[in-house]
Amino acid sequence: MNDGAPPDLQALGITKRFGPLTALKDVDFRLQSGQFHALLGENGAGKSTLVKCIMGYYHPDEGNILLDQQPVTIRNPRDAQTFGIGMVYQQFTLIPNMTVLENLAISKAKLNLIINWQEEESQLTQFMEKMPFKVPLSARVGSLAAGEKQKVEILKQLALQNRILILDEPTSVLTPQEAKEVLGHLRAMTLARQLSILIITHKLREVAAFADEVTVLRKGQFVGSGLASELKISQIAEMMVGSEVTAKPKQRTVLSKKVPKLVLQDIRVKDDIGVEVVRGLHLTIHEGEIVGVAGVSGNGQRELVEVLAGQRQAVAGTIRVQDQPFQPTREKIMRHKMFCLPEEPLQNTCVGRMTVSENLAFRNFDVVPHAIGGWLISRSALRRSAFGLIERYNIKPPHPDIPIQSLSGGNVQRAVLARELSAEVEILIIANPCFGLDFLAMEEIRLQIVAARNRGTAVLLVSEDLDEILELSDRTVVMFNGRLVYETTSPGADLAIIGRHMTGHAT
Amino acid sequence: MEAGWWGVLIAVLGGAIRIGTPFLFVSLGECLTEKSGRINLGLEGTLVMGAMTGYAVSLHSGSPWLGVLCAGLAGMALGALHSWLCSFQRVNDIAVGIAMMLFGTGLAFFLGKPYIQPSAPRLPSIDLGAWSDVPQLKAALQINALFLIGIVVAIVLGWMLTNTAWGLKVRVAGESADAARALGLPVDRIRIMSTAQGGFLAGIGGSYLSLYYPFNWSEGLSSGQGLMAVALVIFARWQPMACLWVSLLWGGAAALGPSLQSVGITGGYYIFNAIPYIMTLAVMIITCSPRRTLVGAPHELTVTR
Repeated sequence: MNDGAPPDLQALGITKRFGPLTALKDVDFRLQSGQFHALLGENGAGKSTLVKCIMGYYHPDEGNILLDQQPVTIRNPRDAQTFGIGMVYQQFTLIPNMTVLENLAISKAKLNLIINWQEEESQLTQFMEKMPFKVPLSARVGSLAAGEKQKVEILKQLALQNRILILDEPTSVLTPQEAKEVLGHLRAMTLARQLSILIITHKLREVAAFADEVTVLRKGQFVGSGLASELKISQIAEMMVGSEVTAKPKQRTVLSKKVPKLVLQDIRVKDDIGVEVVRGLHLTIHEGEIVGVAGVSGNGQRELVEVLAGQRQAVAGTIRVQDQPFQPTREKIMRHKMFCLPEEPLQNTCVGRMTVSENLAFRNFDVVPHAIGGWLISRSALRRSAFGLIERYNIKPPHPDIPIQSLSGGNVQRAVLARELSAEVEILIIANPCFGLDFLAMEEIRLQIVAARNRGTAVLLVSEDLDEILELSDRTVVMFNGRLVYETTSPGADLAIIGRHMTGHAT
Repeated sequence: MEAGWWGVLIAVLGGAIRIGTPFLFVSLGECLTEKSGRINLGLEGTLVMGAMTGYAVSLHSGSPWLGVLCAGLAGMALGALHSWLCSFQRVNDIAVGIAMMLFGTGLAFFLGKPYIQPSAPRLPSIDLGAWSDVPQLKAALQINALFLIGIVVAIVLGWMLTNTAWGLKVRVAGESADAARALGLPVDRIRIMSTAQGGFLAGIGGSYLSLYYPFNWSEGLSSGQGLMAVALVIFARWQPMACLWVSLLWGGAAALGPSLQSVGITGGYYIFNAIPYIMTLAVMIITCSPRRTLVGAPHELTVTR
């Protein structure tokens, strides 16, 4: 890494239009040398657009990018790299089938025709000795935990000698401990003036703990900025959403009786490559209860949800639904009244090219009134039902005849939730319901979930967002390595203890 | 009787090399293509086209080696055509592959009509069994230079994929087109190069068929070897060296019928001849489960996504 402080980065009067839509309007932003700067805002506020303008993915319609007060033209990400600006994305860009060493080597601008792996290895080992965190070079990236992968992404940027790092929600897939470790090291590097950091995040707790300065965008415009030490979290939240109030505590009714609705015993599930990823899981969920399953992704949650959704077969174990053996046939699912909102619902439970009304009717298109005599579909009945659900669940735009894939993520989420809750529901399985949603959509979805619980539905909530679990669930369990390793009532739960169990470091 | 069984074993081993060589070239070609993220089912057509070209050039020029080279070039052209078509948006490599298979075989039949009768000069073989008095062993050790070249290609290809910048780029293109683009790599160009080079190897495999074994040019010459290569590559887990062993295995299986016949066992001759196809089917059934994906498969392959 070369010496000297990282350059001062300024964006002045940036405006970016996409057709009729103005994504950014006259935004000013400054990242001083050696600063840890948080860029905040709701989804669609323009954070990503601003960052992509800096990285050269987009070319601003107006405004300039300045490095050390000199205007520069950044045509593409390669250009950005020659100026020492690098970006770490939310999704990993590493190649899982290759080793850490290969991944780091391939990102180098110039590769030798014949690669001397010994020399590459010794160079990178030397480089890594100067870094605050280490990753085994010979490990296959696919076998690393999420936190390790994130470290490799950051190391990759540092190995390229970048002095300004842009991080897009880098901690969304990490445990609290991993996030703290990674951000702590980056913080130390900014304090030593080796790096400047621009971080996009939703986690205000991290902002308070690590950032020097905060800039908030809303609807493509600059709303305000200030020193993190002087702003309260509630002030920042208000800047982000405007006058709207932040998270309301949700009304909960308390049910006295405890009727078990869903009983899982010794469930074992194999993943796509035949490895057992759910390894003897026991769980009971009662009427009117939300049980939150916390855990780092990749500990078997996805496969567990797929089993309960009927998309995968368990290898062993018994599932009892309302005291009947679970069978995921269409007929039995209707009798069980067990429904599911999986993660990425557009891919997992929708047919993107079919219309909203068709997708909304997947559970009941073959029953009266949608099917006359049980076989002839009545399109007008489908549309009537669709209009009802669209209005009740506030799905936008309110057109039942457009393909569902043209809806935004939040509205697809609303539509699937509407479909799954449209009949009487005894058991609801939900996975990462708020991933990628903006604040208001998130609140609405969460209110619907709690409302279902208050009607007596037993809810299994699998989420990577610990805050979401603690906010919504009555009981929290931690899933690690295919088993439930910890259980606590959610009010009064200790974040640190949960975090330790998530990484398997509890003694 | 004991000597007879030894004879069968030796004949199977010799057959493994003799029949396995075209498998080796086609599967190495397919392996390289798939490493870059595409499947080329058109290699069946490439094989037939290579066989025809090799035979025709050998006949006209009198040099079988020139035939081999031209067969490779013809295969290269077909591979380049396949990958060029695939680089358009929304074009599916499997569908193009089937079209290329029909195109390649059709073109070869059309151009190859005059070459069914005449006899072209044959590729020479190397007599590695000269030291032995046993006629079966002598026959089995008559090895064509192309087999040795194939071994070298397998070793070099495996080495290049891990140890050269070119190999690393091919693998990145095959593992993640997005990552490759983020690194500024020209994904389409890499795939076009890899598919063309894969076609070159397959074309050579074809020339082996017409110029060495079975040494004729006819329309039923390849009998599906180009398609079986896809299964071979899966079985070999996309490793060039494993392609060598798997090709020998398939070659040996194909040689089983004739070898048994040579010691007088003629019952079930056609069943024995069907063994390579049965093995192919078995590999596809065993490896393709709805509940599992394949270990080692390049991520960009449409069949694994």
